[in-house]
Amino acid sequence: MKYSGLQLAMQSAILTIMLSTTSFAAATDTPATSTGGLQAKIKYCQDCHGQSGQGYRGVLPIPRIAGQTTKYIENQLLAFFESRRDKNVSVNMPEIHSVSPAMRTALSAHFRNLNPEPLGDGPENLVATGKTIYEEGIPGANVPACSGCHGPEAKGKDEIPRLAGQIYPYTIKELTDWSKERGQNPTNEGTAAVMTPVAHSLSQPQIAAIAAYLSYLK
Amino acid sequence: MRPNRLKAAVLVIVSSAVCSTVPSLAGGAEAVKFGNCTWCHGESGQGYTTAPRLAGQRPQYIENQILSFLNHTRDGPFSELYMWGTVKNLSLQTAHELAKYLSTLPPKAADDGNNELAAMGKTLYQEGISDSNIVACAPCHGSNAEGVREIPRLGGLSYYYLKTRLEQWGRGYDAAAEPPMQHIAKELSPNDIEAVASYLSFVK
Repeated sequence: MKYSGLQLAMQSAILTIMLSTTSFAAATDTPATSTGGLQAKIKYCQDCHGQSGQGYRGVLPIPRIAGQTTKYIENQLLAFFESRRDKNVSVNMPEIHSVSPAMRTALSAHFRNLNPEPLGDGPENLVATGKTIYEEGIPGANVPACSGCHGPEAKGKDEIPRLAGQIYPYTIKELTDWSKERGQNPTNEGTAAVMTPVAHSLSQPQIAAIAAYLSYLK
Repeated sequence: MRPNRLKAAVLVIVSSAVCSTVPSLAGGAEAVKFGNCTWCHGESGQGYTTAPRLAGQRPQYIENQILSFLNHTRDGPFSELYMWGTVKNLSLQTAHELAKYLSTLPPKAADDGNNELAAMGKTLYQEGISDSNIVACAPCHGSNAEGVREIPRLGGLSYYYLKTRLEQWGRGYDAAAEPPMQHIAKELSPNDIEAVASYLSFVK
């Protein structure tokens, strides 16, 4: 029984790749029932990232993807394929093998358009400090204002991610472990290097403050 | 706290007079309230086939389940048959205290799954099956199936209990549970369910 399950999975994977690489229109029109269809894939993403992509505090923090820039989502899906993000931490993500470029585009577009309320799960007493750091950086500590790249409302642009409404433990984790989690492929580091010096220069309390501030932004 | 302690003390005196057959448990008042639960859930809360182990479970999870029995949203056949009536007269405060108490009891792994399926179950648990749109369990439930906050510990639960729970979700019961669970259970094949339930039954 174990082998026939594997055979079925492989056959459906091959069929999926064949179907999903034919055309973008086909990917968006595929009905919900097929394992390769867009609706089925969206449900799959929702299982971890939340019914509206708002993120979820599991034992691991699962990030908000609602309202995220399409370029960033697409880039991260690619980063998981290309082993640029640490496998142990990302758990489920590197296993997603059969998502075609067209499917990545369709998924990104879907989640880009969602706009649920932020979880607002950071400690409120840190928000004011976080806002100051976000808008002004930390002069003398090599930390530019986050708003300079991520935008005054933390909405991001193109490959620079939206941070508004990101869940508190996820932001903390990323900033704390940046160099261990991102740019992990020595032959293909991607764009992660941009954040490395910034993350490195932030203290834990500063990271927590920024994360708290962001967790409330709409 | 003091009025509750008084009530609890009265409860101890009354119930030890009336219910002399209830085994006496270390742990004071909460242990006495748990006395009725032991008939199905075992004296140290380790569970018995379809009555799950409660020992070492996340307190917020236990409280939520009691609530779901109270408002009948957890509507599987055994839930309706055994649990709806059982929790009918539980106050929310008692539910809270019971949950806290149960979470302190040391859990023992059921070890009752199918050994041959455990390796496949582990892969499913840790990595999911992306081609079948089945997410890994580990991101939410933890790499050691330990759970956190309202997310239950699955490690060491009985194969039979886990299998039944997943099957029931697949059939549409307990639709009010966390959204992913019904969807995931519907995507899992019977073999997948047996594999992951087996794996988990051995997790310490």
